[in-house]
Amino acid sequence: MIPASFVYHKAASLKEAVALLAALPEAKLLAGGQSLIAAMKMRLARPSDVIDIAGLRDLSFVRRERDRLVIGALTTHHDVAVSADVQGAIPALAQLAEGIADPAVRHMGTLGGSVANNDPAADYPAAVLALGASVRTTRRTVAADAFFTGMFSTILEPDEIVTEIEFPIPERAGYCKFRNPASRYAMPGVFVAAKGKGARVAVTGAAPSVFRVVDMEAALSRRFATDAIADISVAVEDMTSDLHASAEYRAHLVTVMARRAIQAALG
Amino acid sequence: MTAITVTVNGEPRSTDVEDRMLLVYFLREALRLTGTHIGCDTGHCGACVIHLDGRAVKSCNMFAVQANGAAITTIEGLAKDGILHPVQEAFREHHGVQCGFCTPGMIMTAVDLIRRKPKLDRPTIRHELEGNLCRCTGYHNIVNAIETAAKDMDTNS
Repeated sequence: MIPASFVYHKAASLKEAVALLAALPEAKLLAGGQSLIAAMKMRLARPSDVIDIAGLRDLSFVRRERDRLVIGALTTHHDVAVSADVQGAIPALAQLAEGIADPAVRHMGTLGGSVANNDPAADYPAAVLALGASVRTTRRTVAADAFFTGMFSTILEPDEIVTEIEFPIPERAGYCKFRNPASRYAMPGVFVAAKGKGARVAVTGAAPSVFRVVDMEAALSRRFATDAIADISVAVEDMTSDLHASAEYRAHLVTVMARRAIQAALG
Repeated sequence: MTAITVTVNGEPRSTDVEDRMLLVYFLREALRLTGTHIGCDTGHCGACVIHLDGRAVKSCNMFAVQANGAAITTIEGLAKDGILHPVQEAFREHHGVQCGFCTPGMIMTAVDLIRRKPKLDRPTIRHELEGNLCRCTGYHNIVNAIETAAKDMDTNS
């Protein structure tokens, strides 16, 4: 499959990338390209211009800052998975990264690309939302709760670029997904995080966009245990139904994956 | 068109490429290195796996222009002076091949895997092969080959 023609630009700086985005309304940013190029080959995306930011090495890092972990937007899934800082601070996040797609995809795909794309079945949005992370961009810092706005959409402006994500380090966290046997995408995936008396639960791969389950959060805030949420289900009418799974099946799997994620968080 | 320079199997190659040209077409059609295969063309099957600056990537899911300045190794670059790479040798020894279509990608993935994780057990090998599909379903001997190659390379290093 051959993508439609476009003009390639290699950005030498973040500033140049922002200027190109502002000047070229039909342009797309290219980081790892693992979603964009597949979409371009299917001609689901036909950007006039492609702005390659993969060379901006300053945006590839993991930094531990006391009770926070800051990860650069261009850090690959592989580099997150093998980072001693991530494994030490938020092992569930390292485990999530290790479970995205396959090794070759993890060598290219990036944290920022995944979060900016907000694919309904991507893994990272669940971690960003459940951990209450902050998304830093070339313009501002946005709380995860405000960042994801719908299917493949976020609060990002057309000429705004994600630069890094700051994750508060939880006391415990766990992620579990039912993997689509063909694509390995989450169907669904549940990320659970707890700190102090609070707990957050975020679900991906079940609805048009990542979402929180406040009933489960309230139950887990009272008692962090698998049976605390065993009788809590998400609304079937909010779930996606497609050839891979019916809405009823997805709703059922959300509770099952949540229980397993809690189990993982409890170690 | 964009001018690129890529080192392929140790040899620098400079050429103009159409911006939309996928790396796998550049390798197969411009350089005639047809060992890298196009299987599913959607990033799932792994027949097109090559090494980009030492890391396994899917060459059907990147543009040739993205490889500008990089060093690429394809299946053709593994054997040295007529001697097969230990992973190639193990695939031959264990018959990790049925129709052979997936083999170049399997071997490139296996070489990358053994570099990252020299101590391998069978469940790890199977997990790491998730991005490489064998439509003959000949995984058993492929896993045997990789397990043997990892042990041999570990002993000899």
